Amino acid sequence: MESFDFIEMKVPAKAEYVGVVRLSTSGIANRMGFSFEEIEDLKVAISEAMSNATTHAYEAKEGGEVTIGFGLYEDRLEVMVADRGESFDLKQIKSEIGPYKNTQSVENLREGGFGLFLIEALMDKVEIKNDYGVIVLMTKYLHENEVDINDDQISTAP
Amino acid sequence: MNLNIEVNDQGLTQSVKLAGEIDAYTAPKLKEALLPLVKKANVTVIVDLEHVNYMDSTGLGVFISALKAAKEYESELKLVSLQDRVHRLFEITGLENIINIDSTVRGGK
Repeated sequence: MESFDFIEMKVPAKAEYVGVVRLSTSGIANRMGFSFEEIEDLKVAISEAMSNATTHAYEAKEGGEVTIGFGLYEDRLEVMVADRGESFDLKQIKSEIGPYKNTQSVENLREGGFGLFLIEALMDKVEIKNDYGVIVLMTKYLHENEVDINDDQISTAP
Repeated sequence: MNLNIEVNDQGLTQSVKLAGEIDAYTAPKLKEALLPLVKKANVTVIVDLEHVNYMDSTGLGVFISALKAAKEYESELKLVSLQDRVHRLFEITGLENIINIDSTVRGGK
């Protein structure tokens, strides 16, 4: 089995801790040698997962916790965000996300639901487990040996 | 990890200067400040994001609500001086074609 360092954080499921986890993410990614752009992507993706965990899963009850696990591998960073709140209908949520089309009228714009879409757009691999609570597992690879990662490649990722 | 909101009332033009981060924690505060401004007929609300160095989908949500309110009350919402990173989120989500964004001046360095 390949070796890796593991960092785990547990924070209250409150919006004020989203920024704390974001700063930690930034520090870890910087330590691993990710580029400025990649670190910004990671910050947004992990914040989205955190926001989902704090707003959706704990809407009903106070005092929940979100567990964040960082797996630091030679070639990639794996981040897991887990809550033990209520599960959501993943299929329905997936059908509701995606970029806007010009033809949509303003009245029909959704105010939420971009979180998961952005996570998928900004990370290389995303898995969501939805059995008991919600676990989002996100992977971003270190591209230090690659010559050019153009914007298109990133922005067209599903 | 905070957001500073400064509103400058110039009658039919309301300019809002934002500085800091827009996330799950600060977005409700922004929504509270921004929505009453666009809910007036014929008003133009200009939001300056030059000093916003972080934003995620919670911020997009606030601007979508503001845009909806603007249409309803026949006011205008305009975003100016976005940093590249912030602008990119509007790009990825397709919102840049829907929200009035002035990209001629970019914020940040």
